[in-house]
Amino acid sequence: MKRRDSLKALTLSSLGLAGMNPQVAMAEQRELESPPETPVKIPGGRQKEEAIRDARLMKEKFFTAPELATVKVLCDIIIPKDAKSGSASEAGVPAFIEFIAKDMPQNQVPLRGGLKWLDIESNKRFKKIFTLCSKEQQLQIVDDIAYPEKAKPMYSQGVAFFNLMRNLTASGFYTTRIGIDDIGYVGNTPNVWEGPPADVIKQYEKYIV
Amino acid sequence: MFEIKEQPAVFDVVIIGSGAGGGMAAYQLAKAGAKVALLEAGGYFDPADPKYITQLKWPWESPRRGAGNHRPFGDFDAAWGGWELDGEPYTRKSGTQFDWFRSRMLGGRTNHWGRISLRFGPKDFKRKSIDGLGDDWPIGYDDVKPYYDQVDKLIGVFGTIENMDNEPDGIFLPPPKPRLHELFLQKAGKKANIPVIPSRLSILTKPINDQRGVCFYCSQCSRSCQAYADFSSSSVLVIPAVKTGNVTLINNAMAREVLTDPKTGLATGVSYVDRNKLTEHTIKGKVVVLAASAGESARLLLNSKSERHPNGLANSSGVVGRYLHDSTGASRGAFLPHLMDRKRYNEDGVGGMHVYTPWWLDNKKLDFPRGYHIEYGGGMGMPNYGFGSGIEAMNGKYPTAAGVMKPAGGYGASLKEDYRRFYGAYIGMAGRGEAVPNYDNYAEIDPTVVDKYGIPVLRFHYKWTDYEIKQAKHMHDTFEEIIHSLGGVASGTKPGADTNYGIAAPGRIIHEVGTVRMGDDPKTSVLNKYSQAHDAKNVFVVDGGSFVSQADKNPTWTILALSWRASDYIIDQTKKKNI
Repeated sequence: MKRRDSLKALTLSSLGLAGMNPQVAMAEQRELESPPETPVKIPGGRQKEEAIRDARLMKEKFFTAPELATVKVLCDIIIPKDAKSGSASEAGVPAFIEFIAKDMPQNQVPLRGGLKWLDIESNKRFKKIFTLCSKEQQLQIVDDIAYPEKAKPMYSQGVAFFNLMRNLTASGFYTTRIGIDDIGYVGNTPNVWEGPPADVIKQYEKYIV
Repeated sequence: MFEIKEQPAVFDVVIIGSGAGGGMAAYQLAKAGAKVALLEAGGYFDPADPKYITQLKWPWESPRRGAGNHRPFGDFDAAWGGWELDGEPYTRKSGTQFDWFRSRMLGGRTNHWGRISLRFGPKDFKRKSIDGLGDDWPIGYDDVKPYYDQVDKLIGVFGTIENMDNEPDGIFLPPPKPRLHELFLQKAGKKANIPVIPSRLSILTKPINDQRGVCFYCSQCSRSCQAYADFSSSSVLVIPAVKTGNVTLINNAMAREVLTDPKTGLATGVSYVDRNKLTEHTIKGKVVVLAASAGESARLLLNSKSERHPNGLANSSGVVGRYLHDSTGASRGAFLPHLMDRKRYNEDGVGGMHVYTPWWLDNKKLDFPRGYHIEYGGGMGMPNYGFGSGIEAMNGKYPTAAGVMKPAGGYGASLKEDYRRFYGAYIGMAGRGEAVPNYDNYAEIDPTVVDKYGIPVLRFHYKWTDYEIKQAKHMHDTFEEIIHSLGGVASGTKPGADTNYGIAAPGRIIHEVGTVRMGDDPKTSVLNKYSQAHDAKNVFVVDGGSFVSQADKNPTWTILALSWRASDYIIDQTKKKNI
């Protein structure tokens, strides 16, 4: 099959070359003889047990409503809307962090405890929880924990929490359409590769044989 | 009532396992007209069927954005399995470590492998003659070369004619052009006197037949290709074999024992359990071909005990399970400051590296006996879980394009700018080397533990020696040399003697071989040079188990060649009525 044809097959249906050959159908039938017990929708590319696990995790709740509100404020401080792209919450990052907390439970105590640390700190300074503070007040705390090499030792726990939030926010943001367009990844599509563009080769001439 | 369902038909051949070895045997034997039963412990898989496709999915189509906390290489990777399977344990002996990766699916691990398709060279079959360690194979390059040639033509591999010592050229399709960082690596290699040549991957850069499409450069071979443009045993061998009408494919068939005739000692068939329904079955065959992986095939033989074969089938030598070895592995990453703020374009390319470094030194001048090759990664890849992680360790160290230094960490619009600056400016390198096969590295049957089907499980005993550890040290020295030559900054710290120079735990490279090695002497080997058991002439093993030694090459291309060779021998011997 020529590249052109295989591209066409892909764009038409993604059915590609899946054969309707009777031998293949029979082989598959033998496997499918026992009907699935749980009526769970299995997305393409997932195994049944995986789909069941994901569905179960989706149904569970980890963050309380106030915790989730704090997560949203922090995400948008870390990745706000700018001239090029939207904010973390516009990209659905809080829901992503909620899912990760359930799927990777080692994050649960650091996240819950970190959020608590933030509210205690905020209460010490402003007699209010973090989300009720003004933007200036929020940033005053964030500035003390967002710069690991400059932060005072007394804020080291806050720094660790903010590093975790920064990393999770980046994971959640740059793996969405908004984030991928921002970072400029233009692949994941049928394509022809002819080497780097000529102007790029020219730009890096001295690093190339 | 306990019932064992018996297939009434007697098959010409029963094959256990549908990966590279089993897929090739099924294909060759079915083409030759044999009636084949193909047992696969996992489910049906066709990379072109939307039910199974992960290729071209976006990270947000996984709620964990492709993280690898469930599937070891991430949600989109085409391996159903991993180092741990529910209900299918294995154990380890004397505090040693071996990590065993198993795929349970049609095509096995070939659906996600790196497609690195290297031939063993003439020296790789005769290592003992060169350095006195291990053993020579009972065959040489010339015995296997015609099969490598046929595999190249049937399956397709790209590469370039290099005429290098012990790196035999094949029948190659054109290789893809190097990516930007790979062009840098070629120059850095020249400076450091380390060869960097086009890689040799089984991916179709040109059409080879009407059944398979050509590569459309999405870099996702690890998801298995819906256009059948990469080599996966499922799409390239098993599905075509089934289409001949000569193959009865039985999925979810977990083999329990190879059955033997008490009088002749020959195999009569296989008993298996259906993994879903937990029903018990037997299937009869005139020839039994094991291709379940080096570990599973050894396990199956050891579990096939009878009066005639008290130590397990084909094990009068006591060698089954012995000489287990995996490739060595060590890796390092680096940051290339001159790649910051780079221009964006689609550089996905093929799945994997476009250039690599074959072994280039003479071990006689080194303090370790066997070589390694180096694989490279890098570029503007698709963001996945973990993207941008650790930016706080980077963005305080390097000035912006305008020359401004910023404090590490941070947030807001300035941080977003940093993620953009650093994107695509990293490379990675991984050494993959040859271990010296060792009688004391082995898999045996655990005397007390069974899996959920009641099948006794494997217990591993494995230690790296100084040979491998010194090789890993050399890998790291080389990585730093290359990184220096690139003008890069190595990531993290160089591992030292306290961590055995960062050598990966045995099994982690997923190249385990050697458990049923071939040889001319039935007292010290399990198979003869045609992959046929010395003790039972109608039993063959065509996975990596037959390897006497591994070479610093990936095993798949040699598994394919040897399986084809064994299949020809089965056909020949059947015609001559010898089996």
